Amino acid sequence: MMELTAFDKALLNLLQGSLPIGKLPFAKMAEELGTDEERVISRLRLLKDEGCLRRIGTFFDSNRLGYGGTLVALRVAEGKVASVAEAVNRYPGVTHNYEREGKFNLWFTLLTPNLETEKEILSEVEALPGVERLLNLKTTKKYKINVQFQLS
Amino acid sequence: MAEQTAISELDKRIIRILQRDFPLVAEPYKQMAEEAGVSVDDFVARVQAMREEKKIRKMGAVLRHREVGFKANVLAAWEVPAERLDAIAREMAKCPRVSHCYDRTTAPGWPYNLYTMIHGQSRKECEAIAVDLAEKTGASKPVMLYTKKEWKKTSMRYFME
Repeated sequence: MMELTAFDKALLNLLQGSLPIGKLPFAKMAEELGTDEERVISRLRLLKDEGCLRRIGTFFDSNRLGYGGTLVALRVAEGKVASVAEAVNRYPGVTHNYEREGKFNLWFTLLTPNLETEKEILSEVEALPGVERLLNLKTTKKYKINVQFQLS
Repeated sequence: MAEQTAISELDKRIIRILQRDFPLVAEPYKQMAEEAGVSVDDFVARVQAMREEKKIRKMGAVLRHREVGFKANVLAAWEVPAERLDAIAREMAKCPRVSHCYDRTTAPGWPYNLYTMIHGQSRKECEAIAVDLAEKTGASKPVMLYTKKEWKKTSMRYFME
């Protein structure tokens, strides 16, 4: 892992907040940072290659694009977690899948274009060998959804 | 589902391009507009419109939190009184170490109705943040669902079906 310079931190703090929409977004960021476009772009390429950036670009509101989401908790028999996790990962609407401590040991998020698809997928998952229980935990209100870390 | 508005074929094409890696070049929108087969002005105008309609919730970056020093993270599940849920959730969402804060339905044997994703430099720090959130809001101690293994972490690809 590379050591972040003061410039990198300022750049990442700015970028986490917003990437300008317009013809020359990096020139605009450079102006705010008091540097030139070339430095912004080359540094971002490096930070990306080094693995500091998970993603740069557009983040959509899945509900407003017509997708519905849920969090699913599974209790999976010991020794079956890997096979269930791999089967769950094959659904493109599964974006996060974590093995966790506790009586429910596998947790995944699922986005689908309609409730029928969600229902179908959940019944397939429930039928996987080793799945002992499934909780479908729907959200009604998102209070915060923003992964942003101030670097100092 | 909720809040659905019709999405035009052009917007779907633009979304499919936007959800890929953002080009790190001087004129990224020009490059993406060419792929979409529209002028850069039209492409930028559609992106701005979708931002205003809140279909786009953010243009920017997400860091790999492990790489930038937040090595520990935990999903904390809270059981809070229904009538205080809203106030407690709003308070917890204010904490800069909480990246996600959602209410969720409960299930038999699973009474937790509020979830927060907490990030810290260590497990110990995550515990301290949870204690602090509990004290601030009067919520009882949460169940701490630490990650044992990440099986998948990816961004959604919309309109690919």
